[in-house]
Amino acid sequence: MTQGGGLSIRNVGKVYDPEGINVLALQDFSFDISPGEFCVVVGPSGCGKTTLLNIIAGFDTLTSGEILMDGSLLTAPGKRLSPGADRMVVFQHGALFPWKTVLWNVTCGPVLQGRLARAEAEAQARRLLSRTGLAGIEEQYPEELSSGMRRRVELVRALMNDPKVLLLDEPFRALDALTRGVMHEHLLELYDLARKTVFFITHDLEEAIFLADRVVVMTTRPGRVKKVIDIDLPRPRDHHVLTTARYGELEEEVLAAVEEEARKAFETGERELA
Amino acid sequence: MRLAAWSRRVRRTATSAGLWRGVAGIALFFAVWEAASLVKLPFLRHVPAPHIVLESVVQTIQTSAYWSAVYISAKRVAIGYVIVLLGVPIGLAFGVSRLFKYTFFPVFETLRPIPPLAWVPLSILVWPTMEMTVISVIFLGSFFTVVINVLGGVETLDIRYVRAAVSMGARPWQVFWKVVLPAASPSIFIGAAIAMGLTWEIVVAAEMVSSIGSGQAGLGAMMWQAYVGGVIPLIITAMISIGLAGLIFSALIWQIGAYATRWRRVT
Repeated sequence: MTQGGGLSIRNVGKVYDPEGINVLALQDFSFDISPGEFCVVVGPSGCGKTTLLNIIAGFDTLTSGEILMDGSLLTAPGKRLSPGADRMVVFQHGALFPWKTVLWNVTCGPVLQGRLARAEAEAQARRLLSRTGLAGIEEQYPEELSSGMRRRVELVRALMNDPKVLLLDEPFRALDALTRGVMHEHLLELYDLARKTVFFITHDLEEAIFLADRVVVMTTRPGRVKKVIDIDLPRPRDHHVLTTARYGELEEEVLAAVEEEARKAFETGERELA
Repeated sequence: MRLAAWSRRVRRTATSAGLWRGVAGIALFFAVWEAASLVKLPFLRHVPAPHIVLESVVQTIQTSAYWSAVYISAKRVAIGYVIVLLGVPIGLAFGVSRLFKYTFFPVFETLRPIPPLAWVPLSILVWPTMEMTVISVIFLGSFFTVVINVLGGVETLDIRYVRAAVSMGARPWQVFWKVVLPAASPSIFIGAAIAMGLTWEIVVAAEMVSSIGSGQAGLGAMMWQAYVGGVIPLIITAMISIGLAGLIFSALIWQIGAYATRWRRVT
């Protein structure tokens, strides 16, 4: 299994320039993520979280600064970074191919890359699916599954790609609160199974604290690092952690940092925390 | 096992409310028509009552001329339709290649509004045989619809799927075969089904306009001859034949489409 996956984000800036009006999305964003770390980024709407994720994924470019992965340059201004399986993305609304079965969906990464033969990939996928309580749905189409199950399949698909970094853009946003709670525990199970570096974006502070090793609070636009909060809650975690005193203190701390930015965002006419 | 599934399906269809409502609708249609003939509504004075039409249908389908007309029209539709399916790769090319679209789309959009029958005079001059004329008009009359539908299918493709595929290491041609084509397939089959209806509309019109006197007589020519001879029940027989033929051909396309995109019918 691939190790590594340390990210070094250095002075990253992003200026959008639609018709000459400069919009500063990110400014001087610096942060290091160590290999295997679960890092959650929170911040007000429009603060550039998704922009940052898209830059790392290779869907967008940066205009200043640089990003390194495991010590080598990933992207810098003028360097085209193509998307790749080493930085697997799980999208907000999910992107399982509805025209393919679950098994095809989870095996397509290694098969398309030519990394594994189909039979081998299928065997591995069946193992992983059954380890995550998803055995028996291999031949079903995504539409036949509940939304929570689709998300779990999507996480399995991401892991099948053996990425160095998992990029998750509010993957549970569309789920109801109960399902989301269950998904958090499933995600942590998977995380404990293979300690991949995780870069996770959310608005949901409970989600952030429950999942993260470190929570990065971003400022309102232009996005910078406002505060980094170490989450020293012991792993493995389950929902009981949410009622501990330590969780309460951490929540207080994160909330204070986020609130200030949310207020600023609100005052500058930005949309409130969605 | 397979047989059991089949018989179950037949039984389900035979007992479904939808089927019997459809049958009732058709029966009602004929009943109203019959009643209207009985009371001799003035605007229906040239339309024979259904039982007279039925008599004509029974008589006509026993003649070989009728079946030869059906065969000739169906053959033209089939050949024209196969050529029309060229619109699928062309629509896909419009969808995936900006260069191709910018170069040829303006020409395409200018030709598209020209109605099929407007092509008839030129086609008669250009093509050496009447057969080619009819088929070329069929082609021109439904080709554009196929292209537009396929293009629409590609253009409404959600970028997430492409990004996901690229993230997982798919090469451009893999993205095409595994993402673009299946995502566009529902639109491809909608276009194909609409085109099937169009080809039947056009073949009859083209035959009426162009194949009188020369070439082989399809259903359109048969109808025209019936009109010239004043045989009204035969006109209606030909009309019913065209409707049923179009229905059967379209149903075939829908079935193929439903099978090819069966992932959509789950949930």
